[in-house]
Amino acid sequence: MAQLIFEQSLNGLQFGLMLFLLAAGLTLVFGIMDMINLSHGSLYMGGAYLGAAAAQASGSFLVGIAAAALGMAVIGILLELAVLRHLYRRDHLAQVLATFALILIANELVRMVWGPQPLMLNPPPALAGPVEVLGFSYPAYRLLIIAVGLAVAALLYGLVGHTRAGMWVRAGASNRAMAEALGVDVRRLFTGIFALGALLCGLAGVLLGPLLAVQVGMGENILILAFVVIVIGGIGSIRGALVGSLLVGMVDTLGRALLPSLLRTVASPEVAGQLGPALASIAIYLLMAGILIWRPAGLFPART
Amino acid sequence: MTALLELDALQAAYGESQVLFDIGLSMRPGEVATLLGRNGMGKTTTVRAICGLMPPQAMRAGRIRFDGADIAGQRPDRIARRGIALVPEGRQVFPNLTVKEHLVAFAANRAGHADPWTPDKVFAFFPQLAERRHHLGNQLSGGEQQMLAIGRALTTNPRLLILDEATEGLAPLIREEIWRCLAALRAAGQTTLVIDKYVERLIALADHHTIIEKGRVVWRGTSAALDADHGVWHRYLGV
Repeated sequence: MAQLIFEQSLNGLQFGLMLFLLAAGLTLVFGIMDMINLSHGSLYMGGAYLGAAAAQASGSFLVGIAAAALGMAVIGILLELAVLRHLYRRDHLAQVLATFALILIANELVRMVWGPQPLMLNPPPALAGPVEVLGFSYPAYRLLIIAVGLAVAALLYGLVGHTRAGMWVRAGASNRAMAEALGVDVRRLFTGIFALGALLCGLAGVLLGPLLAVQVGMGENILILAFVVIVIGGIGSIRGALVGSLLVGMVDTLGRALLPSLLRTVASPEVAGQLGPALASIAIYLLMAGILIWRPAGLFPART
Repeated sequence: MTALLELDALQAAYGESQVLFDIGLSMRPGEVATLLGRNGMGKTTTVRAICGLMPPQAMRAGRIRFDGADIAGQRPDRIARRGIALVPEGRQVFPNLTVKEHLVAFAANRAGHADPWTPDKVFAFFPQLAERRHHLGNQLSGGEQQMLAIGRALTTNPRLLILDEATEGLAPLIREEIWRCLAALRAAGQTTLVIDKYVERLIALADHHTIIEKGRVVWRGTSAALDADHGVWHRYLGV
């Protein structure tokens, strides 16, 4: 049992950190430009495919990571300049329709290039086995993901919290017109944010590739979770995205792993067997509802 | 000397309803001017038009020239970088930035002033802010927020500073502090456009005044002329 809880806690941390990579870009795009970008998940899928293809072609996982991150940053910039920039002044319905179209286009493009079969992306051989952590055994590759996730989170925190660009981002998220009236070119800032968000998506996609299947449609599932995260955390807040990601990652992972067995201690095995998985799959939505009742604007609202 | 800011027959409308019908104004470098008038007459809309904060389709006719360039309809960040800084109605400090960050984030000296405003200079100007440098914008009192909004605008080292209702909703002592600071800015040669309600204070502070009623300029003159004609006060300002 101790091994299970330890392992699942680390899995929850790892999943939460990967969610954070997606949610960070999403919350800033939504918070500053008031733009709902459903195609954010497609950037994640794109990163996984680019990374898998580059890793297969080169035989190096590192090359795959670099290709996914840099490739998606470039694609993100092109996407922002060519399409999304024209949607900022439109209402949310137009944004949802247009970016939903982008999902369909991205999925078909990927199908045309790589076919309908999922791609295989193997972790680097050196990290394929388990390692000992505090007396428990845990997959080395997942540990790497945690390390990378923590490093990126720290970097992003420093960037947003302690640089002038980060101050502009926060100012823009809370009161865009005022930030502009003080001379901040929010449009150019936003292209930069979008590129960074796309880079993080690509990174999350390629890192999660060896754990989940690299397949068409993989972006949509995680997109919904990312939206839950930013609503919990407060739209436009990086700190909120981090806290929300870790909450959702933990609750989702631990719920799925532990709820069924916990229920067996208070209910009959039959009831627990049915109720457990059902409860686990709605746990994060219950969490969201609870937090929104308590704080309707999320945990760390950025807007005034 | 040529005008730094010049509005000519400015018209603006929100959708069908026109707000500005005929606004004209001219300011030379170093001057302090005011916009007067009752609430809802178009003072804030005029300021928003100058700063580029009106939607482009709201700008119907007329010209806004700043330092020789036509800026009407330009994006607000470009106008700001040309050298206009706004201390907006309601202060609008950022709740998620610290006092220090407000003064660092937008600091610039694009006009190349010899002795520019820096965060430290603002702290010396408003010692109260220095004590609260690590507090967030939403943890300040109204007076402190107003000082911060002025300090924030000053760190951009603007050629034209615009204050919209800077003394509104402040306790009398704090209000005095703001007037004292405006007088100091004037003495330092800061070109300033002020919107406020305290006519006597403004007569003492400013060079000339423009009164707006229902989107039109109805009176224009020097402080001496306004001081001499209390009928104008009564007719257009309700005092």
